[in-house]
Amino acid sequence: MKTNRILPTLLWAVAGFGSASLAWAEQTLTVVSFGGSYARACVEGYHKAFTEKTGIRIKLEDYNGGLAQIRAQVDSGSVHWDVVDTESAPLLTGCDEGLFEYVDDLELPPAPDGTPASEDFFDGVLTDCGVGTLIYATVIAFNPEFIEGALPTSIRDFFDLEKYPGRRGMLRAPATNLEFALMGDGVPTEKVFEELSTDEGMRRAFRKLDSIKDHVVWWETGAQPPQMLADGEVVMSTAWNGRIFNAQVQEKQPFVIIWDSHIRDTGTLAIVAGAPNLENARKFVAFATSTQAMVGVAQHISYAPVRHSGLPLVGKHAVTGVDMQPHMPTQPENSRNFLWNDVEWWSERQDELTERFNAWLSR
Amino acid sequence: MNRRRQGRRLLRRFIPVGLALPLVAFVLVTFVIPLATMVVQSVHDPEVADAFPRTLALLADWEDSALPSPDVYEAMAAELVLSRENRSIGKVATRVNRIESGTRSVFAKTARRLESADTSDMPASMIQIDRRWGDVSLWRAIVKAGQRYTARHYLQSIDLERGLDGEIQLVSEERRIYKTLYLRTVYVSFAVTVSCFLIGYPIAFAITSVSDSLAKILLVIVLVPFWTSLLVRTTSWLVLLQNQGVINDILVWIGLVDDGSRLALVHNMTGTLIAMTHVLLPFMILPLYAVMRSIPPVYMRAAASLGANPFQAFARVYFPQSLPGVSAGCLLVFILSLGYYITPALVGGAKGQLISNMIAYHIQTSLNWGLAAAISVVVLVGVFVCYFLFDRWVGIDKLKLG
Repeated sequence: MKTNRILPTLLWAVAGFGSASLAWAEQTLTVVSFGGSYARACVEGYHKAFTEKTGIRIKLEDYNGGLAQIRAQVDSGSVHWDVVDTESAPLLTGCDEGLFEYVDDLELPPAPDGTPASEDFFDGVLTDCGVGTLIYATVIAFNPEFIEGALPTSIRDFFDLEKYPGRRGMLRAPATNLEFALMGDGVPTEKVFEELSTDEGMRRAFRKLDSIKDHVVWWETGAQPPQMLADGEVVMSTAWNGRIFNAQVQEKQPFVIIWDSHIRDTGTLAIVAGAPNLENARKFVAFATSTQAMVGVAQHISYAPVRHSGLPLVGKHAVTGVDMQPHMPTQPENSRNFLWNDVEWWSERQDELTERFNAWLSR
Repeated sequence: MNRRRQGRRLLRRFIPVGLALPLVAFVLVTFVIPLATMVVQSVHDPEVADAFPRTLALLADWEDSALPSPDVYEAMAAELVLSRENRSIGKVATRVNRIESGTRSVFAKTARRLESADTSDMPASMIQIDRRWGDVSLWRAIVKAGQRYTARHYLQSIDLERGLDGEIQLVSEERRIYKTLYLRTVYVSFAVTVSCFLIGYPIAFAITSVSDSLAKILLVIVLVPFWTSLLVRTTSWLVLLQNQGVINDILVWIGLVDDGSRLALVHNMTGTLIAMTHVLLPFMILPLYAVMRSIPPVYMRAAASLGANPFQAFARVYFPQSLPGVSAGCLLVFILSLGYYITPALVGGAKGQLISNMIAYHIQTSLNWGLAAAISVVVLVGVFVCYFLFDRWVGIDKLKLG
């Protein structure tokens, strides 16, 4: 008699436990992003709203971009990341390599006024494997406290050690540095990639980098440049504009951004091939690329939405009340002279140039 | 009776062996097997050969001056689709790309588009999908990557490669990197060993010659950093040495350096040398102290009573007796430095990187484990050579750790 009752109870308990853990597994999503003030902006901007609406808990991890960790996961067949925030060149490479799920069939929410997503997004930000979320700029920033005399105004000043002695911060990768080097050497923005495609142009870029190499501190995470500028470890640094903005308004740092000759690129969300929570990941990407989500991010960090309906809605900074519009990279004031990153160019040459850059670095 | 005694004797003989078994197993699992796997990994690269068996068989007698025949293209197409299905295509692409840079995207892209491609004229369709299928060098790279056993990684680990005609040649100048790094690693290890010796010897001598209670305090001062996490010690050097750090601040404050020209002490070779010397110092002091403690102080007194001045007594009586400790400390510090990784990664900047940082890069970032294994084997051989030279010149039996 007794056993008759115990067995079903046990079965129920096991089944209940199993389904509870199953439900638990369904309700989480691993999102990987660039950390620091940008990741915080995303959490405030739309992660919280997403969890509130769907009940799906977000597990946030940091990485420094690139494909290495994604490749390692996909190649070894143990994928534990779902959604990744990627730069556009690695996204293209990874898509060709089969590292990302296709999202070109994703149903993206329309603009608040009903304009369909396909018309609302900027040209070129919707790709096979990624949905664009923002426009960011790699800029030159400096700390006026450590500069004597006239303040620097152009990319040429960044490479001018005589006029502005002191160390420089640069990204520890070939991307953006080669372009900055040529612009600093007087190449107009529209000729940069053309020039870099020639052997002589590439040598010219490395020669220009050579001229300041001994004075460069290399950074790897977006949070480093504002830190190094604040500490006086460097007097000028390349940096992502949003990180500098955050240090300016939230930490009251006196940093100045040189908008001239900045390099502009789009940030994108993608789903890792074989993601354990594919359905939730798709829901998340659709939610995160709505106008409201983009505006939400833009009110915490100065990265511009990639929807036409987004930019006019960006108002004041959510914490300090600073007007966000003048800080957007897309602002006409800031857009007088800039370079769009050539994604295809980089996608083709990333590996080769990384190898060459590393060899150059260690010499 | 007799038999029982024999059995007991046998048992007695096997007890020590049995006691050693866990150790043997431990060494096997944690040392011998990983090491063997590493050596195999450095020469064995089966991914491409496993993915394209038919294509490679067809390519076996291909003259690599013209494009292969259409049946090769057809075999390739079929195997591309297959390897896309079992998700091995990424690994294959990575390997071919290492040989012919810029070809990584060809494979997955072609495999995907083949689904909707015209299959009647495969070479034409494939070349239409990606023009590189019409390029002999891509096919050469596939054949090369298809070799199951290869010396490629060893060649690459010493800046060599096989040219088109199979000749071994130096890689182009802007890609040369490893020779510089090996030399730099040996130089840094040597410099660290010397500075550890110069700093460590007087300290160890001081500890042996002061009173017991003071010696205890001094030993603790040596040991506390030794017990502290390596990461903590290394990052504290960052705080001390950076541009606006404590040391520069003090130098500016006492007027030794101008505020505008603060010394660059970190993110370069100086940082690596300072931090590594500090981190490895206990490995020098402890063997020295152990040996020095066993040198009876009466010898020095005897030398003095025979008319030696303190310097002579030290140089001719004391120092020779401390040599086993010196050689043990130097060998320990030198070999540990050869494989040092965290400290240069954190305080070394670009120019303070050592060969071990390159191994880490290939393990974590470029995912070229074969190359990482080959570099590791080269370093390991270097360590054995040091050990051998040490044995020849000093004698390993002279080594004393205490």
